[in-house]
Amino acid sequence: MSIPGPQDIARHKLDNGIVVLARENHSSPSVVVSGYLRVGACDEQPEQAGLAAFTANALMRGSTQRTFEQIYEELESAGASVDVSGGTHTTGFGTKSLAEDLPLALDILAGALRQPTFPPGEIEKLRGEILTDLEERAHDTGRMASLTFHELAYPPEHPYARSLAGYTKTISSLSRDDLVGFYAGGYGPQGMVIVVVGAVETADALTQIEDVFGDWKVGARLPRSYERAPLPEVPRITEIRKRTVSIPGKTQSDIILGYPGPARAAPDFLDAVVCNTILGVFGLMGRLGENVRDKQGLAYYSLSRVDGGPGPGPWRVIAGVNPANVEQAITSICAEIRRICEQPVGEKELADNKAFITGSLPLRLETNEGVAQAILNLEHYNLGLDYLQRYAGLINAITAEQVQAVAQRWLDHEAYALAVAGPPAA
Amino acid sequence: MKNNNDFLKTRLDNGLMVLIKEAHAAPVASFWVWYRVGSRNEHLGITGISHWVEHMLFKGTTAFPKGVAEKAIAREGGVFNGMTWYDFTTYFATLPTDRIELALRIEADRMVNSLFDPDETAAERSVIISERQGAENDPKFLLNEELMAAAFRVHPYGTDTVGHMCDLETMTRDQLYAHYRTYYAPNNALAVAVGDFDAHEMLRMVEQHLSVTPGGQDIPPVTAVEPPQKGERRVTVEGEGNVAYLQIVFRAPTVHEPDFFALTALDAALTGASGMTFFGGGLTNKSSRLYKALVATELATDVSGSLVPTVDPFVYGLSAIVRAGHTPDEVEEALEAELARVVAEPITPEELGKAIKQAKAQFAYSSESVTAQALWMGFSEIFADYTWFENYIANLSSVTIEDVQRVAQKYLTRSNRTVGRYVPNEQ
Repeated sequence: MSIPGPQDIARHKLDNGIVVLARENHSSPSVVVSGYLRVGACDEQPEQAGLAAFTANALMRGSTQRTFEQIYEELESAGASVDVSGGTHTTGFGTKSLAEDLPLALDILAGALRQPTFPPGEIEKLRGEILTDLEERAHDTGRMASLTFHELAYPPEHPYARSLAGYTKTISSLSRDDLVGFYAGGYGPQGMVIVVVGAVETADALTQIEDVFGDWKVGARLPRSYERAPLPEVPRITEIRKRTVSIPGKTQSDIILGYPGPARAAPDFLDAVVCNTILGVFGLMGRLGENVRDKQGLAYYSLSRVDGGPGPGPWRVIAGVNPANVEQAITSICAEIRRICEQPVGEKELADNKAFITGSLPLRLETNEGVAQAILNLEHYNLGLDYLQRYAGLINAITAEQVQAVAQRWLDHEAYALAVAGPPAA
Repeated sequence: MKNNNDFLKTRLDNGLMVLIKEAHAAPVASFWVWYRVGSRNEHLGITGISHWVEHMLFKGTTAFPKGVAEKAIAREGGVFNGMTWYDFTTYFATLPTDRIELALRIEADRMVNSLFDPDETAAERSVIISERQGAENDPKFLLNEELMAAAFRVHPYGTDTVGHMCDLETMTRDQLYAHYRTYYAPNNALAVAVGDFDAHEMLRMVEQHLSVTPGGQDIPPVTAVEPPQKGERRVTVEGEGNVAYLQIVFRAPTVHEPDFFALTALDAALTGASGMTFFGGGLTNKSSRLYKALVATELATDVSGSLVPTVDPFVYGLSAIVRAGHTPDEVEEALEAELARVVAEPITPEELGKAIKQAKAQFAYSSESVTAQALWMGFSEIFADYTWFENYIANLSSVTIEDVQRVAQKYLTRSNRTVGRYVPNEQ
C-alpha cells in the first residue's frame, strides 16, 4: 500500500463545518476514529487549572442516552473503546473497534460530546480519582520534573506554565457548575475534525459521521466558542533557571533541561526535528544517549524531544540518573548542546539522521492509529493531503547550516530551564 | 515442517527453530530471535544476569562494533530493541521489508560474536544499576518485588528480572560471558519473521545467515519446583509516598492445563480484558466486577488483573490503587466479598460472551502490526507453541460458566494466596 495522499484520503466538510477525513484499510477488520474539538486548557482561567481536562474526562460519565454503567457495558461488550481527553489547545477524542461495532462506538462518542449529563455522583468519583493521581504525581520524579520545567520555561501567565491535570487546590474547588459552564462555552462543531481509518468504505464512513454529528448546530443562544486572545509572548531564556524538587526516599533523580521551542507551523520546525534527532533520538537516543548513557554509563535514559504543536511547545532533554551523578550529567548534556550549536554536523551523520527520519515513515504508518494521527496532523497544521508524500523531499533538502542555525536559534548551553526531581542531596 | 502458502515452521540442522509468516498490509517486516533464557535460569549471586547479558549484546562484535548495528538499523528507518523476561530474552528489528536482511545479519553475528569488552561491561554496570534505581522510585515495583519473593521461596520466579542490587554490584564480566556462551546457541533459540515478503524467500535468507552457526552444548535444565503453598502469606512494605497499594497473587495453572482458559475468562469477568496486556491493551475495564466493587464504590481509583503465560506454574495477580482517604484493609475487604461471590455463584453467559468478544477484537487490533504478530508467535512458542496463539479464541470459546466457577473455587482460596500492601509514610 502506498503512502497516504490525495489519491486515497477523502476529505469532506459537513454543513456545520466539521471536517471529515477517511482512508480505507481492509487488512484487518478493525477501525480507528481520531479527532479534536477546538476547546482546551487555553480557555480556562489560571485559578481553574485542570478544568478542561476534568470536563473532557467527565463527558464519558453519562449522557442523555446512556448512564455511565450502560456506556461501558456496551463498549466493553464489543471489545471497543472510546476516549475523550482535554489538551492545551484542543480536546482530543478517539474510538477503536471492530468495523462491525463502529456505529456503536460513534453513537457513544456523539452522546459524550453532544449530550453529556455530568451526573453529580460521577463527578465526585472522578474528582477523587484525579486527586489520588495528583497525590501520586507529587511523589513521581519524572512528573514533578516535568511540572517544574514548564513553570520555569514559560511566563506564569502562559497556559504552558500550568499543569493540564491541575493541582490539588484547583481540582478540589471546581464545582459541577464550572464543568457544565466550561462545556457550554466551548464545545461545538466549529473547528472540529474527525478522521476515520480502517475497514470501512469511505462513503459508509462519511454517512456514519454525518448521521451522528451532521445535525450538531452551532448554539443559537450560547457563544459556543471561546474568544481566544493571542498566547502571551514567550521570551527566549537568557539565564540559567534551576529548581530542585526534593522527594525523600527516592533512588533516582529525573532531569529535564530545555527551552520553549518552535511551533509546528514555524518555518524551521523540520530543521529542529533533524537537529533533535541528531541530539537525542537517532539509534539509541542520539548523541546524548551515546555520551551520557553509553560512554559514561550515567543514566538508563538520556534523550531529547521537540514537541512543536500550535504554540511554542518545549524542546527538552530528559535523563534519569543516580542522584550522585546529577551534576556530571548536566555538564555532559550542556556539552552536547554546545557542540551542536558550535560545530556543523558532519555530512555522514546528517545523511544517516535524514535516512532514519524518512525511512521510518512506513513504520509510523503501519497501524490504523498511526495513519489516523498522521492525517489529523495534516489537517491541524494545514500541511496538505500530499504532505506525507512530499515529506522525504522536505527533510532531504535540510542542510548542515540549517541544523546549526536552528540549534543556535533555540538552544543555549549557558541559558536554559533546568528541573531536577529526586532525593535530597546527601 | 508445517507448510502452507503464507506460513512456515521448520527446524534447521543446527537446532534453530524458524517460524515465518507473510503479512502484506504494509511494506514492513519484523525479525526476532528468541533465546530460552531469562531470570528463570538464574540463582542467588547471579540474579539479573540474563538482563545484563541482553544489554551487552548491544555493545558490539568485531563485525558490528559498538553503536554500528543500531545506527545501521536507524539509517534504514527501522526500530531495534531487546527485552528480558522470566522465560526468555529476545531481540527484534522492524524495518521496511526490502531492508530486513540487515536484521538477520546482525542477529546471526551477535548470537556468537558479542565481545563483552571489560570496559564496556563496567560502564554498563552503572546503567543497569540506574535502571534498577529508576524502578525503585515506583512504590508498585517495591511492593511487587517483596510480594513475589514471598509467593515463591524456591523457584526463580520469586526474583525480578532486573536482579538484586548486591548481585548487580558484584557480578563479573566472566560470569556474564559464561552465561552468554551457555545459553546463546541455535539449539536454544527461535527465529521469527513476519512481514510483507514471500515466506519461502525469507526461509532461504534465514538459512543463508543462521544455518552456519554450529549447535551448542546441552542447555542446563531448570530443576526448581515451587512446593505447594500451605496457607496465606502476607507482606507489608512501608515507604515514601502518600498513596497506598494493594496487590494479591494466587498460585495459578500453566498454559498446558485446561484451567488456564477458564481462569482467563474469570479474569475478564473480574477485571476486564486488562489481563491480556501483551495483546496491546487499551481496553477499559469499567464494566468489570472489581471495578464496580472497588472503584465505583470510591475505595480505589484503579484495579487490574494479570494472568501471564509462563513455562513453569506462575501466579494470577490482582492490583488496586487505594483512593486517598481509604485504607488497603477496606479495599481488601471489598475485594474479598467480590471473590466470595464469584466462588459461590457462576458468572453470567453475558460476561463469558464479553470475554470472548474482547479477545477477538484484541486479536484484530494486534494483527495491524507485524511487530505485535511476531511477538505473539515467538512468545507462544516459548511456553507452548504457536498453535496456542492460533487456537486462543477457540479454546476460550469452549470454556463454560461451570468451568469458570470451578477454577474460582480451586484457585481463589485464602490458603493459595499472598497478599501485599504498600503503606506510605505520609498518609
